Amino acid sequence: MEKNKFEKVEQAVESKLTVLEMYQRAPKRWLLYTGIVLLLAVLVGWSGSDVNFTGLTATGTEVAKGIISGITHPDMGLMLGTSATDVPYLILQTIAIAVLGTVFGAILAIPFAFLAAENIMPKPIAYLFRAVILMIRTIPSLVWALMWIRVTGPGAACGVITQSVCSIGMISKMYITAIEDLDTRILESLDAMGCTPFQKIRYGVIPQLVASFISTTIYRFDINLKDATTLGIVGAGGIGASLVQCLNSRRWSMVGSFIWGLMVLVLIIEYASTRIRSKLARG
Amino acid sequence: MNNEYKPKEVKEPLFDRIFKPQVITLENGHSTIRKRSRLPLILILLVAVLIWALQMTEFRFSTITRNFPKLLDIFLKLFQPDTSFFPKVIKPLVDTIKMSILGTVIGCALALPVAVLSSSNIVHNKAVISFCRFILALIRTLPTLVIALVCALIFSLGTFAGTLAIAIFTFGIVAKMLYESIETIDMGPFEAMEALGANKFQAFWSACVPQILPVYLSHCLYCFEMNVRASAILGYVGAGGLGITINERIGWRDYNGLGTVLLTLFVVVLMIEFTSEYLRKKLS
Repeated sequence: MEKNKFEKVEQAVESKLTVLEMYQRAPKRWLLYTGIVLLLAVLVGWSGSDVNFTGLTATGTEVAKGIISGITHPDMGLMLGTSATDVPYLILQTIAIAVLGTVFGAILAIPFAFLAAENIMPKPIAYLFRAVILMIRTIPSLVWALMWIRVTGPGAACGVITQSVCSIGMISKMYITAIEDLDTRILESLDAMGCTPFQKIRYGVIPQLVASFISTTIYRFDINLKDATTLGIVGAGGIGASLVQCLNSRRWSMVGSFIWGLMVLVLIIEYASTRIRSKLARG
Repeated sequence: MNNEYKPKEVKEPLFDRIFKPQVITLENGHSTIRKRSRLPLILILLVAVLIWALQMTEFRFSTITRNFPKLLDIFLKLFQPDTSFFPKVIKPLVDTIKMSILGTVIGCALALPVAVLSSSNIVHNKAVISFCRFILALIRTLPTLVIALVCALIFSLGTFAGTLAIAIFTFGIVAKMLYESIETIDMGPFEAMEALGANKFQAFWSACVPQILPVYLSHCLYCFEMNVRASAILGYVGAGGLGITINERIGWRDYNGLGTVLLTLFVVVLMIEFTSEYLRKKLS
């Protein structure tokens, strides 16, 4: 295939075509492009048929104005206060939920990842655990939260356990890739030196995995933090609950201060996580 | 002029100045240094943060172990899906898929020009770039559910609010991924075309677009995958789709019905993921 292409190019060069002739010989992709455009048009037409614009609600413009005025005039008392309903405390609580959820999730994901790695476990067991991981990933985090709320009751604890379980899905998927990329020659040479299994794990396995595991965990922390802001909607603690309450009771200046808090929080965490991960990647 | 070579002085990090590196003398007389491990410090910090977080969230393992049978009960019911409920799942499911298709298409279409405007190798105006990037960063900080809730408050409940929320969310993510990939493309062909006398637009169209297009399509497909998952819960705030059904089932504690909904969602998400992964492999 590759050779064939090469010969064709050589032929084209040898026959000394003018630019215009070369241009006319360019591969014709218009059929493919028309196909894609047609398919898109059909899909959009089909899906557009059911999404109908019913206009603004009676209070629509008022809500829009309210949100804008709230963002420009946030409630400063709420934004800088220190009590348990103020923005700083809720932000710290959101961070605490995400930290615990990520740490527990990262620890819980380790056995899952090793059990689902094809180069360690026999294939049937690996596939079974992959299916379990996939199922954990498919159930939306809000649904997990609604189920766990029956166990822990409403509050930040529900957020923690929800995030621990939800994180398993993605974290173990990334761990599996790292484990399957393990360089086994190192283990063989440690074997040849007469190392015990414990030494093999300490000097052969852990150094290879630790950087990518930590990088995955930090990345997931980033995601969990954004998720923790929405879990509050079902009563799982964090800043989301108060934001939604204020939105529903139309206290715009409070909405504004919560949105500012959220933005600052997410921007800082995103920046920090990118910095740390790029440092880890460079070694 | 003084051409004497001066080694650049490397300032030691604070940690190495407090805990001096260990000096090891080898058998051949050379000596080498081993920096002290930072592991204990990191562990202490981590444990402190964990203890603080545990107090902050009032998380107790005992509550979980005590009430675990309740969750087991829910799970047992989830795994015995109520098949008679299946017909009622189809309509909201199709709604969810329609919402995500339309939202993804709109969001991706809007993302293309903004991504081009915020990539530093094509636009050389710093103000435009930082303005576009700032807007994108702001949009990405807002959770989808909050956007959906605001949309539902402004444009009545239903699928339109959901579509809009998905479009905004997709716009933020695709534009960011796209400008990051545009910045890595090869600008050689672009310069060559300009040298041949093409104007900026012509050069962009025939030198950059063929490089960007496959990446763009693959980002769009990836985002579509995410959107199907995300839009399944948008109904929770009244933005139409499967979320309403899920919320209803949980509200009535009908976990067999919930099992049916989740199973259907699982199959659909799996199918979409496989198709999109196949297409993305073809694109690259």
